[in-house]
Amino acid sequence: MSANKKMLTREINFTLNGSPVQVSVPVAENALIMLREELNLTGTKYGCGEGECGACSILMDGESVNACLMFAVDCDGREIVTVEGLAQDEVNDQLRDAFVEKGAVQCGFCSPGMMIAAKALLDKKPNANRDEIKRGLEGNICRCTGYVKIIDAVAAVSGTNQ
Amino acid sequence: MSEIQNYETPNSVSEAADILAKGDVTILAGGTDLMVQVDAGRVEYKSTLMNIRRVEGLRGISDEGDHLRVGALTTITDLLESDLIAEHGTILTEAADAFASVQIRNAGTIGGNISNASPAGDTLVPLVVLNAEVELASKPNGSIVTRTIPIKDYFTGPGKTKKEDSELLVAVIIPKPAAGFVSTFDKFGSRPALDISTVSVGLGGVLKDGALTDVRVAFGAVAPVPLKATATEAATEGKKLDEATIDAIAATAKDEVNPIDDVRATAWYRKEMIESSMKKVLRHVSK
Ligand SMILES: Cc1cc2nc3c(=O)[nH]c(=O)nc-3n(C[C@H](O)[C@H](O)[C@H](O)COP(=O)(O)OP(=O)(O)OC[C@H]3O[C@@H](n4cnc5c(N)ncnc54)[C@H](O)[C@@H]3O)c2cc1C
Ligand code: FES
Ligand code: FES
Repeated sequence: MSANKKMLTREINFTLNGSPVQVSVPVAENALIMLREELNLTGTKYGCGEGECGACSILMDGESVNACLMFAVDCDGREIVTVEGLAQDEVNDQLRDAFVEKGAVQCGFCSPGMMIAAKALLDKKPNANRDEIKRGLEGNICRCTGYVKIIDAVAAVSGTNQ
Repeated sequence: MSEIQNYETPNSVSEAADILAKGDVTILAGGTDLMVQVDAGRVEYKSTLMNIRRVEGLRGISDEGDHLRVGALTTITDLLESDLIAEHGTILTEAADAFASVQIRNAGTIGGNISNASPAGDTLVPLVVLNAEVELASKPNGSIVTRTIPIKDYFTGPGKTKKEDSELLVAVIIPKPAAGFVSTFDKFGSRPALDISTVSVGLGGVLKDGALTDVRVAFGAVAPVPLKATATEAATEGKKLDEATIDAIAATAKDEVNPIDDVRATAWYRKEMIESSMKKVLRHVSK
């Protein structure tokens, strides 16, 4: 987007994966571009750019949102967690192992978004059953696995047998 | 012009109204409609972009005695998780439950859904059924003026409402329905989660001895604005909801709508869907 070059910018401060950051962003730029291009955190993926696929999911103050629909300036003052920030997370350690064990990763493009969505779900409902897991992941598209293995992986962490 | 010259983050309704009074402002709430519409070239930014997410007191649901007050920044997730909404407006809980994905529900606001004024906006049909009103605030002569408009009269066309550019939608007022009020929402899209409704049907009324009174019916995505279905309401009022009556009401509903063909569905299909959806909601409430 060349128009962004001359767009009005705003300096914002927020917590990113536990550390304070300060960055100047064009006011109409989305948080996904800011994360990937200005802050070089490329774990968060660009899939559709319009809220349909969930590859760009991040946590904002603990709730999952699509970074592609979020105005970067809106990160000001908030706590943002990307998939990189889950590296030291206990729930995520279990999710990662379960995804590997259940074969829930093929090309891997959806996996960062799936991790974020699954983490947001399990923080709210640690014992989520399969229906709740399906609901929790409905904003995340996977073109490879057919979902069953992904649901199996999250179910292994929540410990559900329903 | 699509060049943004000012970015404003008001902290109060009063500050927001001052900014609006200067004119040429694009309001940003959750951004889930705005970002997509700008990217697709359907909307251009005005010279001021005003982010209202930090405005105090615009988020949340409160019990005000005979009505509920829902702040414009209340998210779809907030609606879904609210006990007050579940108690007094089940239909809105059901619509929030059928709304997009977790991520969209966490960002999208009720004020944005109403202001976007899509005939397929999923909170609109429930709000019509609940006889809701929208509250608008502006500052024409330096002091705050508010007015309320019944939601059934609020929409004037796709993307169009009676709100003036100088006004901010601050809240939705939902009168508490009478005891025995039941309501339900049915949405049909081609994919359950993220799809924009092809048609939706809302039904409410006071249920007694198998019949509904004070009947309210609304349809979404079959007309340029959410449709209050007065003929279908009349056909339902006070009648015992047996299978034959349900069939007759559904036939009235089918006749009452005059939808269009578009990329999501043909007019014929929408009429069929209204009929079957109408049966579904009638059976659901009469159970
Ligand atoms: C993938 C996807 C799926 C979706 N699924 C659904 C769905 O299932 N059902 C559905 O109904 N919608 C759906 N939507 C549309 C959208 O998410 C909703 O309409 C949402 O409620 C908009 O709220 P927002 O806060 O994000 O609005 P924004 O994008 O911030 O604003 C929308 C419009 O309203 C104006 N506005 C916002 N707040 C105010 C205010 N307080 N006063 C005056 N003007 C205001 C803005 O200027 C803008 O024109 C979907 C969108 C996407 C991208
Ligand atoms: S890239 Fe954001 S939802 Fe697809
Ligand atoms: S593993 Fe390829 S998209 Fe999900």
